Amino acid sequence: MNRRSALLTCLAPALYGQDIISRITGGQQPTIAIPDFRGSGEGQAWMQVFNLTLFDEINGAGLFKMSPKSFYPLQVPQQPNDWKAPVGGRSQGPWLTDWSGATVKANYLAMGYTAIQNGQLVLFGWLYDVTQPDLTNAQMFGKVYFGPIDENGAKKIAREFAADILAKFGAKSLLGSKIYFVSNRSGAKEIWSMDYDGSNQKAVTRYGSICTTPALSHDNAKLAFTSFLQGNPGITIMTAESSRRLTFVNPVSSIVASPDFTPDGKSILLSTKIGGGFANIFSANADGSNLNRVTTARAVETEPKVNPKNSSEVVFVSGRSGPAQVYRMNISGSDIERLTDGTGQAANPSWHPNGQIIAFSWTRGFEPGNFNIFMMDVAKRELTQLTHGAGRNQNPVWGPDGLHIAFSSTRSGRPQIWTMLADGTQVRPLTTAGRNEMPVWTH
Amino acid sequence: MSRKQLSIALLALSLSVFAVGCKKKAVAVTPPAAPPPTAPITPAVRPAPAIRSFTVEPSSITAGQSATLSWAVENADSVSISGGVGSVQTTGSTSVRPASTTTYSLTATGPGGTTNRSVTLSVSAPPPPERVQPPVTVTKSLSEMVGSLLADLYFDYDKSDVREDGRNVLNKNAEALKQIFAAHANGIVTIEGHCDERGSAEYNLGLGDRRSSSVKDYLVNLGVPGDKLKVISYGNEKPACSDANEGCWQKNRRAHFSAN
Repeated sequence: MNRRSALLTCLAPALYGQDIISRITGGQQPTIAIPDFRGSGEGQAWMQVFNLTLFDEINGAGLFKMSPKSFYPLQVPQQPNDWKAPVGGRSQGPWLTDWSGATVKANYLAMGYTAIQNGQLVLFGWLYDVTQPDLTNAQMFGKVYFGPIDENGAKKIAREFAADILAKFGAKSLLGSKIYFVSNRSGAKEIWSMDYDGSNQKAVTRYGSICTTPALSHDNAKLAFTSFLQGNPGITIMTAESSRRLTFVNPVSSIVASPDFTPDGKSILLSTKIGGGFANIFSANADGSNLNRVTTARAVETEPKVNPKNSSEVVFVSGRSGPAQVYRMNISGSDIERLTDGTGQAANPSWHPNGQIIAFSWTRGFEPGNFNIFMMDVAKRELTQLTHGAGRNQNPVWGPDGLHIAFSSTRSGRPQIWTMLADGTQVRPLTTAGRNEMPVWTH
Repeated sequence: MSRKQLSIALLALSLSVFAVGCKKKAVAVTPPAAPPPTAPITPAVRPAPAIRSFTVEPSSITAGQSATLSWAVENADSVSISGGVGSVQTTGSTSVRPASTTTYSLTATGPGGTTNRSVTLSVSAPPPPERVQPPVTVTKSLSEMVGSLLADLYFDYDKSDVREDGRNVLNKNAEALKQIFAAHANGIVTIEGHCDERGSAEYNLGLGDRRSSSVKDYLVNLGVPGDKLKVISYGNEKPACSDANEGCWQKNRRAHFSAN
């Protein structure tokens, strides 16, 4: 009991918005200005889509404060030649201080234009650090992007430009990332995949069984999940790209479930029951051989998740103290500590790519089943609540940028996959058809 | 008889049929034999025995009952009655209890000769006992028996121990299971563990497994063979009811029996 009260006093007061992002990124958010880009000739037709996409991508990354467009100077530069340094304190044209000054207060400016060249939509894009005194130091990069002359082309070049901007700040772009999830839209629970923005949704499995609890290897090549293909719950592993079954020999047990890959991909952790009792945590080789018990408890233990930066650390869910709670331990099964305070039911821990923070779902303060998304700095036990009672919110997983979380929520009715920024803002639905749950984001 | 002999015999038979068919016109008529000469009538020295009466009362009985034979004979030295009665006085009665219809023949013998008379006692069989319907031997399929004989039982939230009401269900199910396995020696019955939607799906897979295992343990303790019971957890993947209220959640926190 001493331990519980000690833990409760560690719970941090509620944090919001920038505090949360700063905690994750470890710094202040700079301000960026992105004036609307214009297109020459036919290119102009696609600029509304382009500008919306570019703004969304940069804003959605959560790294920057977005400078309000209404404060922008009237003279907007479109290319490096447009910059005119003031002479004797008199403005000669657009200049860096127009953007870094008291009105706009930006640190960075993204600018450029598009044109049609050789049947392609071409973007000329530049990024400037407008706090620098001269153009040589200010220009961070300039690059040309190509796409087809249509809506998708406009989105493509905007996303690629945004990804390059974000990369300058150490952010891993979501561009190209995929989300695997469980959907029953075909009539049976199957694994599906989609792009990070909800586009390109397609079935990965077609077993007509029950497929659930997907997990991805850290190289994104293998997909493991629990299925009822052999009758009882068992683990199936396949290639993520081509859905080709890989060998996995399930132990003889009434339940084999909840797989997770170690970062090197050589082992998996799972929840199974050998010789009676309760489903506990076990480890095995990636083909199911060399099964070893990790935990021993007269309680259901499941959802082992290996720290991506420290493969000897595992978080998992256990009912050993009563209702299910989140615990951490060494992968040998030693040093087991409870991370949640014993109230409510906790589930679905998911490691941040930095290996320091977990997101998880918890009913603390709500009725049984009414889960909300929380995150916790595991070492400091600092706790932050990200959703606040809008539907049931479960299965949070971090995007590869470390700033976005995908999760399932019933806030619009049936469970659907949503994304949000890790401060709880920018909540967006990605799915609508059927029931969609248990997202897993590529690493 | 060898096959060859058989065919020769058949041939001879068919030839003889032929021969009979062709001989109609050649029948010879034999004259009737002369009557024998009439025997001379010897005058009686003493009269022949006379049977004044020979009766059975009643003349019909059901098996197990008795009847009385009565007789009176004159001019006889000895009197006997067939049917197991034997020698008797010239006048008397006796009780008989035959199992089936019997004709009693009385033979009186005296210096004047022998005289016979018969009576028949008809015996009807007793009615058979009420016909016992043999047990219906049309065997129901395993899934029919499992579906009709094995009831679901229910659990408390986040619990896997069998409640008092569940024990009553299992005591009955145990007897039904023995009946089912008697009819289907190779049958396997699956105990499905189910959960309501409120816990996490991952945890519920483990909880459903505990529920089905608890039920199996209880049944094995009651003598149900464990190797005929299979357990499976569906967690919250197969709810019986989809509303979000306690009435519905309770229906989903169940162990269900199936023949799969």
